[in-house]
Amino acid sequence: MNSKSRLQIPRPTARPGEKPDFSYLDLSPAGSIDKPPIDARTRDIEHLSGGLVRVLDEDHSAKGAWNPNFDANQLQVGLRWMLLNRVFDERMWQIQRQGRISFYMQATGEEAVSIAQGMALRPGDMCFPSYRNQGLFMYRGVKLVDMMCQCLSNTRDMCQGRQLPIMYHTKTGNVFSVSGNLGTQYPHAVGWAMASAIKGEDHIAASWVGDGTTAEADFHHALTFAAVYQAPVILNVVNNQWAISTFQGTAAGQRRAFAARGLGLGIPGIRVDGNDFLAVYSASLWAADRARRGGGPTLIELVTYRGGPHSTSDDPSKYRPKDEWLSFPLGDPIERLKQHMIAEGHWSDARHESLVDELRTEVTAAWKEAQKHGTMTEGPWLDPATMFDDVFAEAPRNLDSQRRRMLEVERGE
Amino acid sequence: MAQMNMIEAIRSAHDVMMDRDSSVVVLGEDVGYFGGVFRCTDGLQRKYGEHRVIDAPISEGGIIGAAIGMGVNGLRPVAEIQFADYIYPGFDQIVSELARLRYRSSGDFFSPVTIRTPCGGGIRGGQTHSQSPEGIFTHVTGIKTVMPSNPYDAKGLLIAAIESDDPVVFFEPKRIYNGPFDGDPEKPAVSWGSHPKGEVPEGYYTVPLGQAEIARAGEELTIITYGTLVHVAIAAAEATGVDCEVVDVRTLSPLDVATLADSVKKTGRCLIAHEATRFSGYGAELAATIQKECFYQLEAPISRVAGWDTPYPHAFEWQYFPGLKRMSAGIRRVMEAE
Ligand SMILES: Cc1ncc(C[n+]2csc(CCOP(=O)(O)OP(=O)(O)O)c2C)c(N)n1
Ligand SMILES: [Mg+2]
Repeated sequence: MNSKSRLQIPRPTARPGEKPDFSYLDLSPAGSIDKPPIDARTRDIEHLSGGLVRVLDEDHSAKGAWNPNFDANQLQVGLRWMLLNRVFDERMWQIQRQGRISFYMQATGEEAVSIAQGMALRPGDMCFPSYRNQGLFMYRGVKLVDMMCQCLSNTRDMCQGRQLPIMYHTKTGNVFSVSGNLGTQYPHAVGWAMASAIKGEDHIAASWVGDGTTAEADFHHALTFAAVYQAPVILNVVNNQWAISTFQGTAAGQRRAFAARGLGLGIPGIRVDGNDFLAVYSASLWAADRARRGGGPTLIELVTYRGGPHSTSDDPSKYRPKDEWLSFPLGDPIERLKQHMIAEGHWSDARHESLVDELRTEVTAAWKEAQKHGTMTEGPWLDPATMFDDVFAEAPRNLDSQRRRMLEVERGE
Repeated sequence: MAQMNMIEAIRSAHDVMMDRDSSVVVLGEDVGYFGGVFRCTDGLQRKYGEHRVIDAPISEGGIIGAAIGMGVNGLRPVAEIQFADYIYPGFDQIVSELARLRYRSSGDFFSPVTIRTPCGGGIRGGQTHSQSPEGIFTHVTGIKTVMPSNPYDAKGLLIAAIESDDPVVFFEPKRIYNGPFDGDPEKPAVSWGSHPKGEVPEGYYTVPLGQAEIARAGEELTIITYGTLVHVAIAAAEATGVDCEVVDVRTLSPLDVATLADSVKKTGRCLIAHEATRFSGYGAELAATIQKECFYQLEAPISRVAGWDTPYPHAFEWQYFPGLKRMSAGIRRVMEAE
């Protein structure tokens, strides 16, 4: 203790030029955490928020009570979608770098989150995603070409040119419209889940925020409502260690795990190895079953690492060691699942390579198709008159007259 | 004198004030080690330490609320909100607390917080990186609202804002951070290097709050505007050949009515322009003020050029942005009216 109060300055363990150091991460061996029954009382399972649920071991075997015991087909489905997410991101990143879309964000290193959780939820469950959940859109049936058209703001864009790239939505696929404002949709997920309970349905809701976003008031609003009404919702914190340039300690992640944020309200938390496809699936299914049977909300922290820059506008070499990802003790979710499948005799390097090729071809074909609907430099073009639609259900007079005026200006009148 | 762009001028204002006054502290998302996503605070943490340049959690309400508390306890906080589009979680703190603290405590408490935030479009940022919400803030009495249009003013006004015992919301039009923009996206980008207002003293000076400036002298029509549109207005004056007087409001609240009214009394015609949406926009206040002050000198109805009343559409940025065409059409409209 000091004789005076002092200001704590949270500092990451390594900055550019320094040796990456993840000694701050508490790890548990694969298979070491028990799996309680879904009706366990919160106070009896508090330890789940401090440990780390892991299934995939260093030797690539799957261990313990959380092992979902997937068959070869299920494993291949998971691997395929995660790879598609990765390959799609790589291509869209290049496309942005060539100046052919205005902006992009990758989920590199975090693909298990969207895919494993997508698989654990039912199609009628509603997802309130963050901007790094593109995998969820893919898994829920949005075609690659439609995602590309959104990024191009072209004539086939689901947002009709109104939104920045990656702000997808799918009404039929039950994934809500991505917002650029952090955390705002966490309470929406809770409200949606409350409505499901009010209507007597067994659909649940799920939402995702980053480690940094847990500082927003909306995060806490959501937790409070979820706890008070025991809403059937899964609240996910994707702890990828970084929020642009600030590390997870700037959101107080070094004091206590994000998974423990709900304990004071009686919300159980599970801290999961976010790069362990099997563990993410299992923990999510557990929370989904619990919610569906009236057990209320669960907060899941997915411990992972943001493998790429924050966005195409970011330069992480200014604030973190260049090779930090390589030292991340939880590795790469795709590589880990691949090694597990090889160890199980379901997969090989050769099959992996040919799957990557196949997915690249698929993405290339989608890009070719997408460009037919317009690019940033070539038509066909969206009709600018549509920018006045959907502000209201029915355009009021000021918008109608502005629409006419805009068209006059465009015609040079 | 040095050549500075607007980012460098803003950084220099921080530097000058942190050096002069040890109570000046900076807080915001990514402002410390990284130096801000627009680099406006680059190098300050290295120079002044982690206790004075604070990387804040992602909580705009927390940033502004904590800044208020620091201000009450004798510091002079400069808070950065990463984009004006993200200021709303802090709105309650601004409206219910920051703006009224002095009033409700009979002057016993106040908090001299400056809130800086990049605003405006023209950067393909879509609806969450392009908004111009200044009119929402000018409607709140008890805070001052500022928007500079060039590096010289940015530095001088920011220093004045930091020194002000009243809270200030300081909007920075990000489209002109690196150079003036006349509204034509097809033209190659220009830097501040060749602009007279890119000449910025390295040391301390202020541009007083509450004073508008004549950005271009003229006789036939007054364009009242601020921020990026100052440059569009000047370009439109050249393009139309109408001898416009362009008045840069600079401080939106409190408003320098005299400079605006004197100009309109001289020209007899008035066009008001802002990038923000038109309906209930700040331009409505300007129009009402000019109508009251200059009614008998007006030779034509006051007219407005503004953003359409829609969210900022990503693909239709240039149909949305009130650029050269709309500004010129506005000028002609006011000139042709009887
Ligand atoms: C309300 C709000 N404040 C600030 C921002 C700017 N911003 C965008 S992403 C980001 C970092 C978010 O970090 P985290 O929550 O950890 O998510 P990650 O990007 O790591 O997935 C910030 C500060 C924003 N979009 N919305
Ligand atoms: Mg993060």
